[in-house]
Amino acid sequence: MSEKYYQEELECMPREDIKKLQNERLLTQFKHAYENVEYYRNRCDEAGVNPSNFKGLEDLDRLPFMYKDDLRATYPYGLFAVPMNEVVRLHASSGTTGKQIVVGYTQGDLDIWDDLTARHLTAVGATKNDFVHVSYGYGLFTGGFGLHGGATKIGATVIPVSSGNTNRQITIMKDFGSTVLCCTPSYALFMGETLKEMGLKPEDLHLKAGIFGAEPWTEEMRKEIEKSLGLKAYDIYGLTEIMGPGVAFECSEQNGMHVNEDHFIIETIDPKTGKRLPDGEKGEIVFSCLTRKAFPLLRFRTKDIGILNTCKCSCGRTFIRMSKPMGRTDDMLIIRGVNVFPSQIETVLLQEGYQANYQIIVGRENNVDTFEVQVEMTEDKFSDVVAEVRQKELDLSNALQTVLSIKAKVTLVAPKSIPRSEGKAKRVIDTRNLH
Amino acid sequence: MAIQQLSVFLENKPGTLSKLTQVLANNKINMKAMSLADTYDFGIARIITEDINACADILRQNNYVVNITSVLALNIANQAGSLNNILKIFSENSCNVEYMYGFTGKKTNSACMIVRTTDVSKSESILQSAGIELLNTEDLSEI
Repeated sequence: MSEKYYQEELECMPREDIKKLQNERLLTQFKHAYENVEYYRNRCDEAGVNPSNFKGLEDLDRLPFMYKDDLRATYPYGLFAVPMNEVVRLHASSGTTGKQIVVGYTQGDLDIWDDLTARHLTAVGATKNDFVHVSYGYGLFTGGFGLHGGATKIGATVIPVSSGNTNRQITIMKDFGSTVLCCTPSYALFMGETLKEMGLKPEDLHLKAGIFGAEPWTEEMRKEIEKSLGLKAYDIYGLTEIMGPGVAFECSEQNGMHVNEDHFIIETIDPKTGKRLPDGEKGEIVFSCLTRKAFPLLRFRTKDIGILNTCKCSCGRTFIRMSKPMGRTDDMLIIRGVNVFPSQIETVLLQEGYQANYQIIVGRENNVDTFEVQVEMTEDKFSDVVAEVRQKELDLSNALQTVLSIKAKVTLVAPKSIPRSEGKAKRVIDTRNLH
Repeated sequence: MAIQQLSVFLENKPGTLSKLTQVLANNKINMKAMSLADTYDFGIARIITEDINACADILRQNNYVVNITSVLALNIANQAGSLNNILKIFSENSCNVEYMYGFTGKKTNSACMIVRTTDVSKSESILQSAGIELLNTEDLSEI
């Protein structure tokens, strides 16, 4: 298949032109953010940088970093740079780890987003003759609308199923003729299993490609998805703070994801010192939005760790490639698509009157994440009646679910059975080997 | 009069129970009665010994989680229908039984039922009014 581009002149731009374009856009964007976002202006003034002394790309590291906490501190609209009547869409994160992260889009921002997911759909071979089946959730989550926009842009027939009701989804794929599937990798695996349970084979469907993201997934998972659904599986990367899906996308070479550098600057930094690292060195990924007007986030630290690859790509695109995220700088876990911090679990345990002697065990069974919290039994929680002790386990599971929005299996274990440590306790055992 | 029973938390893993009995053996603790309740993840061993508090201390020192509960030890005739009589009295008086376990001893014409009810003092008075003999810890040694 010869390479297909949605915007060839941009996707295959010479490197010097990319740099020139980034520089121009960065100067404009910085001025836009500085003048219109008070919170950011104050940060920049503290750092001594302003539009009159900012020289562009060469000065990038003079710009202050922005963190998720900054977005929480300015909830809901403190980082918006345009009047609200110019904001035509809001999206938000689930808010399980704190206040919801709220982002806004002007019509222009949405048009760009559509173009960027259109690039990926085109790269995987989708055209107006395709039936794009969107099973990412539609709602405040950016997944559904993100791929929907791009699929609409290329003129494909969009099937906006959202997630859930998997048997029906399979029937729709078979009967409506879906050719490109967009959903999370674990949902794709689940669909593969459901297909089998329904007594069907991949040949009974019409799928040729799939765009999967929103959570970490491995090469093994890719092979399994490709086998069970009979399609070629591609990786997509994005985050709510920066735009949603489409910040970076995997091409036919499938060796990293091209970052849409005409709209984003990607850096890798040393998470401890904040110093920029040369391309090719593993570091924390930092993004700057060059064209987004409603929410012009610059130098946002993602806490994802990755490597940048500047080698020439056989697909012809000149945009830099990022590796799949290789881990986190913090201890955040993603379980069944939800962000979970061990500290949240610890807080619940202490609130419920347990001690912080616990272990979190995350695994994978039948392609679904399993999540168990083991906590040591104490005398005041013990009773002579089995039902009462069992109820304690259920109460704790419910308390955790309220905070985390996913269910954990709670196992009460013998005292002193959870290893103590001299230094930082190893609280998490993750057998999924995602990175 | 109620007697004391010790319950011990046990993880449902191979060897857990034998570790417990080893500790008891090492400390020369003789159990008069014992029952083991189990669920998927864990079990509860319920033990009657001569000195419950001393046993509790020893087990705590060995990192066991224990609980001391009041239960009733009923002396009933060792014949068909005697347990049924007791339970009829309970149900007529809305006494709820959480669990029970029984054993016989040297005296062939009587048996002992250890009963945990939801309301121990209420059950105690009902049984005494019905003329059922309640045993104390020393009595258990005679069985």
